[in-house]
Amino acid sequence: MSAYLTKLNTLRTTQILDIKDESPTTKTYTLQDDLCAKANPGQFLMLWIPGVDEIPLSILNATDGIVQFSVKAVGDATRHLHSMKTKDTLGIRGPFGNNFTETRGKVLLIGGGTGTAPLLFLGKRLAPKVDRLSYVVGAKTKNELLYLNDLDALCTEETAVATTEDGSYGLQCLATEPLDKMMVKGKFNMVYACGPERMIRKVFDLAEQRQIPMEASLERLMRCGIGLCGSCAIGKYRVCHDGPVFKMAQLGEVKDELGYSKLGFDGSRIDV
Amino acid sequence: MSSNLLTTNMPGLKLRNPTALASGILGYTVETLQLIAQNGAGAVVTKSIGAEPNAGYANPTVVQADSGLINAMGLPNPGIGDYSEEIRYAKTVLQVPLIVSVFGYAAEDYAEVAKKAIEAGADAVELNVSCPHVRLTGSEIGQNPKLLDEVISKVKTEAKKPVIVKLSPNVTNIVDLAKVAVKAGADILTAVNTVRAMAIDTETQMPVLSNIRGGLSGPAIKPIALRCVYDIFEALPETPIFGCGGITNWRDAVEFLLAGASAVQVGTALATKDPKVFEDINKGIQTYLKRKGYRRVKDIVGLSHQT
Repeated sequence: MSAYLTKLNTLRTTQILDIKDESPTTKTYTLQDDLCAKANPGQFLMLWIPGVDEIPLSILNATDGIVQFSVKAVGDATRHLHSMKTKDTLGIRGPFGNNFTETRGKVLLIGGGTGTAPLLFLGKRLAPKVDRLSYVVGAKTKNELLYLNDLDALCTEETAVATTEDGSYGLQCLATEPLDKMMVKGKFNMVYACGPERMIRKVFDLAEQRQIPMEASLERLMRCGIGLCGSCAIGKYRVCHDGPVFKMAQLGEVKDELGYSKLGFDGSRIDV
Repeated sequence: MSSNLLTTNMPGLKLRNPTALASGILGYTVETLQLIAQNGAGAVVTKSIGAEPNAGYANPTVVQADSGLINAMGLPNPGIGDYSEEIRYAKTVLQVPLIVSVFGYAAEDYAEVAKKAIEAGADAVELNVSCPHVRLTGSEIGQNPKLLDEVISKVKTEAKKPVIVKLSPNVTNIVDLAKVAVKAGADILTAVNTVRAMAIDTETQMPVLSNIRGGLSGPAIKPIALRCVYDIFEALPETPIFGCGGITNWRDAVEFLLAGASAVQVGTALATKDPKVFEDINKGIQTYLKRKGYRRVKDIVGLSHQT
């Protein structure tokens, strides 16, 4: 067995160092873990909530022995995690999967909800190196817009767009709404997307139409995290092993599923 | 790989080479099975399919051990109703035999699922009577000679294709169960399923797997699986065997062939190696056969028993 993967996949238990409220439903956790601290933007980790569940999470930040991720309370596991306190023990495996490719020139980040986390991680790496960094982030309402201050620090006012469905902040529309115009005007060298899959599908269709290269990080039900169980299959790809970041051409290969269907816990096809 | 050197015949199954994807790895979708076939597997075995849809256990379902993995997935599967469609589709795409793994809670379940799988186009069924972590099925059947006989006999009356029986290593003497299986009509045996195991975390002082107990696979169990194949071949030299357990490279595969396996199944190796592992194993076997002057895989099956 490859010694490296065996090491990454070995479960480590570690105490929660810090918990920060990002929004009424989302918290950011800081853990000490040497392996995940070396993660690149786009990679994910498997988090064991002892006695409850183990879930995949995108990495928000990794540096100096520390790893951070954001969690929205949506189900039993995430609600249980939200009830935990600093110094409580969690288990961690990873980092797994590939990462976003770093490009130069003009780049656009488009994120929805907690899907913005890996894009912020990426944006921090890219900001000093690219010619122009733009972002679009969307949420249902102002309270749910994540990382606005951090994102604003990466770009100028003209290249930052926030959208809310209820109009409580920024433009009142979906994050994909202002995209087409931006793509035409922005002459982007690369679009990076992460968030709800229907949003990613929309971004893909637009990017394909405008022939702008893109990469998207996909989410699927995950069990093993190491490419064996098949739970996260999309087309011929395993999201945990071949992704979670997919390039334009790969997204094109899984068009029939992208934005439409995924596998459920019993392996049958369900809506995304 | 289409070399004649590697062609392997088992009852009712003509394999282009002696490697197959083991059950439980990928196998929900045709695309993932096709990926494995395109990377050189001589056959593919699906996830274990039951009569009804089953969501399996909560995570953690897989935990890393020193030289292998412990898993307790809980037999997640969409049920033969839905899966029949996948089998039909698979048969229009796959160029290699499709073996459908089948489990149930009684002989009737096994027979019903096997029958439907074959009707949908399965080239063979592999009876999972050896999953070590789900109650009232798997090894609870495979460890009990009477139940094992009942299940296989019942399936044989319904199945018009080869019936493979996957045995558990978690028994006092695997040969006794192998004999029961063959007497009941098993055409081929697969040896072995995972070894019952568990993991405990010292900080939380808790078992890691949600199901507590699971099955160990990977290099850790290779010597055990190899011995099981050797024992079965010694007692039942006429019965074809799929060797399974920790096979990661061609040398492992050749060891199993020498022990008495006619072909091998590969699973856990896919965690650390590309699907190309099948092609690599086959190339290695071919080079070995040529180097040693053999003309077909069959020539070395069980050869270690001569000494």
